[in-house]
Amino acid sequence: MKMIFKLALSLATAVLLSGCERPPIEVVQTGFRGTGMEQIYNPRTLAKQAALNQAPIAAEAASADGPKASQVYQNVKVLGDLSVGQFNRQMAAITQWVAPDQGCAYCHNVQNFAEDVKYTKVVARRMIQMTQKVNQDWKPHVAETGVTCYTCHRGNNIPTQVWTAPKDRLYANSLLGDLAGQNIATKAAGLTSLPSDPFTPYLMGAQPIRVNSNTAMTGVGAYANRASTKQAEHTYSLMVHMSESLGVNCSYCHNTRNFQSWEESRPQRVTAWYGIRMARELNNDYMTPLTDTFPPHRLGPKGDVQKVNCSTCHQGAFKPLYGAAMAKDYPELQVSAKP
Amino acid sequence: MAQYQNLFTSVQPVGPLHDGVELPRGDFKRIGKPFLVHLFGRLGNAQIGPIYLGTLGLASLIFGMAAFNIIGFNMLASVDWNPIQFIRQLFWLALEPPAPAYGLSIPPLQQGGWWLITGFMLTMSILLWWARTYRRARQLGLGTHVAWAYAAAIWLYLVCGFFRPIMMGSWSEAVPFGVFPHLDWVSAISLRYGNLFYNPFHALSIVFLYGSVLLFAMHGATILAVTRYGGEREIEQIVDRGTASERAGLFWRWTMGFNATMESIHRWAWWFAVLCPLVGGIGILLTGTVVDNWYLWSVKHHVVPAYPLGSPVVVDPAILGVKP
Repeated sequence: MKMIFKLALSLATAVLLSGCERPPIEVVQTGFRGTGMEQIYNPRTLAKQAALNQAPIAAEAASADGPKASQVYQNVKVLGDLSVGQFNRQMAAITQWVAPDQGCAYCHNVQNFAEDVKYTKVVARRMIQMTQKVNQDWKPHVAETGVTCYTCHRGNNIPTQVWTAPKDRLYANSLLGDLAGQNIATKAAGLTSLPSDPFTPYLMGAQPIRVNSNTAMTGVGAYANRASTKQAEHTYSLMVHMSESLGVNCSYCHNTRNFQSWEESRPQRVTAWYGIRMARELNNDYMTPLTDTFPPHRLGPKGDVQKVNCSTCHQGAFKPLYGAAMAKDYPELQVSAKP
Repeated sequence: MAQYQNLFTSVQPVGPLHDGVELPRGDFKRIGKPFLVHLFGRLGNAQIGPIYLGTLGLASLIFGMAAFNIIGFNMLASVDWNPIQFIRQLFWLALEPPAPAYGLSIPPLQQGGWWLITGFMLTMSILLWWARTYRRARQLGLGTHVAWAYAAAIWLYLVCGFFRPIMMGSWSEAVPFGVFPHLDWVSAISLRYGNLFYNPFHALSIVFLYGSVLLFAMHGATILAVTRYGGEREIEQIVDRGTASERAGLFWRWTMGFNATMESIHRWAWWFAVLCPLVGGIGILLTGTVVDNWYLWSVKHHVVPAYPLGSPVVVDPAILGVKP
């Protein structure tokens, strides 16, 4: 009897402990003492993450001399003002970043490189323009670190972290079982039961993210804050996504005793604010117009194109590739090409 | 001496099984023939049954089962009637209240109508069960302390799911029926209304919650510690203090200068337990109806310490008029 009891006790302890993360835990203080402004890391997880976020070594810069690519090749609509050497270096880099296995043939008809027959070429051209747009006009978010194709693609044809509108359940119109857009385990909401699509309202649409009041007492009439608790759940879901994407907790940006206050926040919150608007613009101006260019098997269950969110670039790091300044090696991706 | 250092109850008096006192005419018969289970006797009393169901109990169970089934079938339907997914996702699934757009109107069944019906059924079930605890206590000639303690819990339940949504003018403010979803609601309401930890009624509620635990531990430990002197005969010792009572009182006077008595400790425990949902309910009722941001409310009333800000001070980009 005593033996069984001891056995049960040790088994229960083992089961309880199996839910825990194995130490060590490193705490990095980021704000005034006593405010709980700190980041928590596990060096083992961090080492694993760091290995996954290495930038590839850039090829040596090519000479700007010689004829322009647009004079030598046909149908060059972007990057045409590069020298042939620079242009080919960039093409080789894109191949390495996006289609290392398929090579040039992933986008080009190898009989005639100038042809636009493959959808991948049309998409790639637009994506080059998108990269230039980000580097030139979204400096408040990407700063001088900038982005390249590799920031998202990491050697994959399609970045591993993209989103589409979630598919409806089979009997969505039946009398029972309305999910109300939540209450199901999804990766998007970080395995919580929060709303499972925080992207459509905030990273496509521009629904208000702010739900807190900046006055203590409830306002009346025009002064009332009409945000509901359900809206707070949507905002919460978006924030969970951001937190998961960056591998940080809430206090990386916010002072959690007063989420809404900007003056008590860290400057990273401003960067994130621009990031939300950047993702919104990229989805609306670059991804969605490509919907018809993509073949149906590249679209989501509702026929929408695969779109970007925070994790598309960040992939678990507070800065994509832990801030490796890849973009400086590719100045042609830094400014929008002249038409 | 070691016989008192036991995790389980060590004394099990066994006598002839008894149905209990006679009931008045018109009451239901008690159900089941009583029997003894030794293992149960190690934890509580060994005698199981009989059970008194009665009109109120039966009605409560019918309403409760209806609510349970509506919730369950909605959950099952929400995973497309897949029993495996139903079990896998059980903790995530919920029956959600209507969307904010419906306000206090009656929404279509699948958009919150089921939630409204379930809320009614569950509330009926709970209220009938309350009436049952009240009436059973009266029939046995007891005080109605249990019923009123239960009523305190019902108060918090009604504030969260009924009174506050009505005052806010929207059923959507109420709690979903689901394991994780109702916890997410708790987080969300705190986030929306500026951090519930700065709500003084929430703070009081936590005091009474942890206070209850502390009192329970102190009382349980004291009585077990003086059992060897007959201290478990608490009720007799209210009027006839024996050495157990004297020693227990002395222990606390020596360690903290003050002690409860065999009678008053139970009033302490009852009030702490009852005040926990009572003040908690007041705090929730004021949230959104009177106070919109508890953190700023606490700033207003000078209960929040100010910390130095970072440098340079961060400014909301939305008010800078920057494009984009």
